[in-house]
Amino acid sequence: MTTTVIAEEAPVAAPPAGRATVVLRRFLRNRTALAGAVVLVLLFLLAFVGPYVTPWSYSHIDYTALRAAPDADHWWGTNRIGQDVFAQTARGLQKSLIIGLLVAVLSTGLASLVGACAGYFGGWTDRLLMFFVDLLLVFPSFLIIAIVSPRLNSSGWFALVGLLGLFAWMITARVVRSMTLSLKEREFVRAARYMGVGPFRIIWRHVLPNIASFLIIDATIQVGGAVMSETALSYFGFGVQPPDVSLGTLIADGTGAAVTYPWMFFFAAGLLVVFVLAVNLVGDGLRDALDPTAKGASR
Amino acid sequence: MMWQQEAWTISPVPAYLAKRLGYYALLLLAAVCLSYLLASLALDPREYYAGRQPPIPVASVNHHLDEIGVNDRTPLPHRFLRWFGHAVRGDLGQTIDGTSVNAEFGRRLGVSLRLLLTGTVFGTVAGVLVGAWTAVRQYRFSDRAVTLASFALLSTPVFLLAILLKTGAIWFNQTTGTDLIQFTGEKSPGLTGGFWTVVEDRAVHLLLPTLSVALFAVASYSRYQRNTMLDVLGSDYLRTARAKGLAQRTVLLKHGLRTALIPMSTYFSYGFLALFTGATFTETIFGWHGMGEWFVASIGKNDVNSVVAVNLFAAVTVLCSGFLADILHAALDPRIRQAS
Repeated sequence: MTTTVIAEEAPVAAPPAGRATVVLRRFLRNRTALAGAVVLVLLFLLAFVGPYVTPWSYSHIDYTALRAAPDADHWWGTNRIGQDVFAQTARGLQKSLIIGLLVAVLSTGLASLVGACAGYFGGWTDRLLMFFVDLLLVFPSFLIIAIVSPRLNSSGWFALVGLLGLFAWMITARVVRSMTLSLKEREFVRAARYMGVGPFRIIWRHVLPNIASFLIIDATIQVGGAVMSETALSYFGFGVQPPDVSLGTLIADGTGAAVTYPWMFFFAAGLLVVFVLAVNLVGDGLRDALDPTAKGASR
Repeated sequence: MMWQQEAWTISPVPAYLAKRLGYYALLLLAAVCLSYLLASLALDPREYYAGRQPPIPVASVNHHLDEIGVNDRTPLPHRFLRWFGHAVRGDLGQTIDGTSVNAEFGRRLGVSLRLLLTGTVFGTVAGVLVGAWTAVRQYRFSDRAVTLASFALLSTPVFLLAILLKTGAIWFNQTTGTDLIQFTGEKSPGLTGGFWTVVEDRAVHLLLPTLSVALFAVASYSRYQRNTMLDVLGSDYLRTARAKGLAQRTVLLKHGLRTALIPMSTYFSYGFLALFTGATFTETIFGWHGMGEWFVASIGKNDVNSVVAVNLFAAVTVLCSGFLADILHAALDPRIRQAS
């Protein structure tokens, strides 16, 4: 009898916080990840609001100011033909960001589809899909994109997004496959299977939600990777083509002047590194926040 | 070397490796054939002769393209079979300028391999050591500093790192008024001197390209190695090893690092892909006349046979690194040796 009395007198515990709340709280407690997120927001503002703030357009040529150092008129100086570096950098950042985001969504989607199918169906489907994955891995993707991309100029940078996405999903797919293999044997998936639920429905409703945290983290990291690939390709002339600009083409233009006219090079190069760094920090923070086995979970 | 004798008598290791090798041969075949078809479809060798002054007559362009075997008026299957027939006999055909691809391949092979080998060895060894070291010193200042540095390196694309190193070298040479750091090409032109002068000259030229190829690998391997090492450091058997009074060094190296290296073998084979791509950029930026530079130039010239030759080189090196990773895995993981 006494036990029930004590139980009744115990203060009513607050209902456990929902998953989203817990993840958000844990993410916000991680200072480096939070700093990364703030930097990302600022960069997005620079890329999408910046072009409206400056009076110059990225392609406009100011003949009165060639190779001008940063001043009140041209905030980040001008390049060797008199284009405003701030306007160009904002525009290039915008292009690089859009490409990075689209590629990440595309490649993570592809990876989860192929990986989950290979893991779930097993047998020859698995063997064929994994052979295909290995085949794509054998080539450094840069080589294939470099061959194909310049021929697709007419369709613009969308083709570049497709190509980058097509060659960025393989390693993720392998991880998804092995996660699916272990999920497949879990009770709830078996129960669904014995109830007659179709394989794609099971993958969509039971497998993918259970690896969602990995996919979110991976997509974040992929944004950084995609921007790095895009800038590298554009640097060598295989990516974004003039008159369009991306961080890669800007770095290519500014390289020769890096020592003499540093502003033509270091704004674009610096923003590239800062952006990828911020993405990696956010990805790392997400990993800690989403992982139930991480330190200080349940808080 | 006890395990080797065991392995040969029981012999699952050679069987495992032979199986992997067969799989790799199949992958290589498929990859090279696919790259020939892709390059033939995407590149247009005819364009190389277009717009010349004086214009080259169509008949002679056709004649030349037929000689090389890349005429787009020959059906693709015919071109492919002809190329394949030569390739299996070790003849990779002719470049678009009519010279032998094999000769060019041989000339550039050494240059690229030197960069790739030094980069891989330095990147792997340094990455593993740095990762294991930071794991042992978890959350101390040195661990945090290395973590921050590797995050910064992982956020710098290789081509940008190479440019930054080169710019730094130019700046350094200008400020000090010396040419201590050499960064163009793989050797000084017209250098005379004994064997050691040549070796020293090559080593100086290797410095910056190797750094730009390897630093990314050091950063990424050390992150993974730190994670796997931390898992091992927290394990029961390591505590047991310590409890029975083994020296700290033995515990960390023989029980800790050896086990923590096993999952790394997968990362090594993936990491080499990134390293290879990075080497392509690095060669072009530092003016090394290697495979990567050849590749970039060949695409510009619509040179199908050369492009395929570089793809072959890429596929072979990537598969070799995968095979080496398999050997490492078999050497470290007793489960493979005992599987029957």
